[in-house]
Amino acid sequence: MKLGALLHIALRALATNKLRSALTMLGIVIGVGAVIVMVAVGAGARARVEDQIRALGSNLLHVMPGARTQSGLRLPQGSSQTLSEDDAIAINREIPGAIAAPVMRGTAQVVAGNANWATHIYGTSPEYLLVREWPLAAGRGFTPAEMSGAGKVCLVGATVVRELFGGADPIDQVIRIKRVPFTVIGVLGDKGHSAMGSDQDDIIMVPISAARSRVLGTATQARQRAVQSIWVKAADGHDLAGVESQLRALLRQRHRLPPEAGDDFWLRNLQDVLSAQEASSRVLALLLAAVASVSLLVGGIGIMNIMLVSVTERTREIGLRMAVGARTRDILGQFLVEAVTLSLIGGLLGVALGVAGAMAIGAFAGWRIVLSPQAVALAVAFAFVIGVFFGFYPARKAARLDPVEALRFE
Amino acid sequence: MLIETRELAKVYRMGDTEVRALAGVSVDIDRGEFVAVTGPSGSGKSTFMNLLGCLDRPSSGEYRLGGRTVSALDGDQLAEARNRHVGFVFQHFNLLPRTTALENVALPLVYAGVSKKERNDRAMRMLERVGLADRAHHHPAQLSGGQQQRVAIARALVSGPLLVLADEPTGALDTRTSLEVMALFHELNRQGMTLVVVTHEPEVARFARRVLRFRDGRIE
Repeated sequence: MKLGALLHIALRALATNKLRSALTMLGIVIGVGAVIVMVAVGAGARARVEDQIRALGSNLLHVMPGARTQSGLRLPQGSSQTLSEDDAIAINREIPGAIAAPVMRGTAQVVAGNANWATHIYGTSPEYLLVREWPLAAGRGFTPAEMSGAGKVCLVGATVVRELFGGADPIDQVIRIKRVPFTVIGVLGDKGHSAMGSDQDDIIMVPISAARSRVLGTATQARQRAVQSIWVKAADGHDLAGVESQLRALLRQRHRLPPEAGDDFWLRNLQDVLSAQEASSRVLALLLAAVASVSLLVGGIGIMNIMLVSVTERTREIGLRMAVGARTRDILGQFLVEAVTLSLIGGLLGVALGVAGAMAIGAFAGWRIVLSPQAVALAVAFAFVIGVFFGFYPARKAARLDPVEALRFE
Repeated sequence: MLIETRELAKVYRMGDTEVRALAGVSVDIDRGEFVAVTGPSGSGKSTFMNLLGCLDRPSSGEYRLGGRTVSALDGDQLAEARNRHVGFVFQHFNLLPRTTALENVALPLVYAGVSKKERNDRAMRMLERVGLADRAHHHPAQLSGGQQQRVAIARALVSGPLLVLADEPTGALDTRTSLEVMALFHELNRQGMTLVVVTHEPEVARFARRVLRFRDGRIE
């Protein structure tokens, strides 16, 4: 018998009991829908983490000064001034494969023409752009002369360009940072939001020497050349863990720490933070996968149950079909196609529900959603397999009926 | 001979006891015969009909239909034999509900692998033959009992079988409709169709030219 004829019989049988067919499908609809939503949310979470890694730059270490104890009071991390610009210079010189950039950070009111804006001021070195994998969109970076001479030049982020210049070309314009005029020499590329959700493009970078002496510095900081953090990148082909241990050893040596003393700085491997986030989103996806598989299993059992009822109800029909010449495989095919039709229609409805649900979650909960055609195809294929698996037993039961018994069945 | 049976026997096993439903029946039926099979219930006439219709296999003995030994066939070969050579008419019509008369008549051709167009043409010709061409697109529930049985007879004839087996074909019909159905059988027989009809009604048996009376699994 041809598949088309079998499909015709199956659709007619399912149409006979519309409510029953719909309820039977529901299990598969929910199961497949859950799979689609799960994959969309899981892929969205993974894409977000990947974006964060990309935005941060890869193979990164972040060094901050350690906690300070003052009169028995433990002050927060980064409160001491144990880290200096010279540490960064030493790292660049002593550790092969490490690129270090010192950062002094602060906020300031800035003015350009008659626009003003409060933004983050970063005093740093040209290495910072390398470390953060942050290209310039226009203009140039700091020259060695500007670095050593506290040049009054700056690089501006996209948000600052928008707020101060209304998106017009800011190069060679003057921005007054705390009343000190700085000339814009470059525009930073778009970086987007950080892992913590802050706007990374709301930034002005100046040479660290200029930041210290003209904008952010206090007398103490100027004396100690202290910095708030040092970003270190392991260059391609260099092991991050190796760089990390060399870095720790170098800083301990430079800070003259005895072996029994703890670090007076705080070293964070950012990859670890993001991997933890990725792992937690993977656990969530796994949990959803478990729920979805249970739902699909229950849906499959529902199909098997209804198919068994259907075979019993239609025993006389099966007997008649056998009497007029249906072979074992015709009957087997008829009921198998019916079960697969149920599960496939359920699967397609589930895809519709899942896509709609994922979009609703994206719209209302604001989660990032990634719908992949592969996941949809996989879910439909899974529904098909469920139909074959759970439809086979009832179909075989029908096909094995004795025609004499079946015709006599009341 | 169209039908030849030799010491045809069927034994059912029910727990420890064996029931001899058919205890060695040898009978020949020629082409174009109209045979009635009668006997009390449990006499073995239903078992005999199931064997003749290739629905069941004998425990022992031999059955030849159209020169071919049926008793040696497997399940799918039996299905093919039923499809090609035997037409069935049942007491309760056994039409598929929510399916048109035309599709019901065409059902055996579906399993013979006949194309849809040819199926419909042949089914329509059979409906004309039983006088129901104007009811082709009605569902069984929209037809009277007599009409339903005529649809069932058209279905039995559609694949051009060697014989038609009818099991109490008038059992569910009133007297007048019964006579109509038997007149149709008589007409078919006159046109050369071999008929075997199981019945316990003497009026029906009178239409047949030969009567096989069963008792205790044997022909009297």
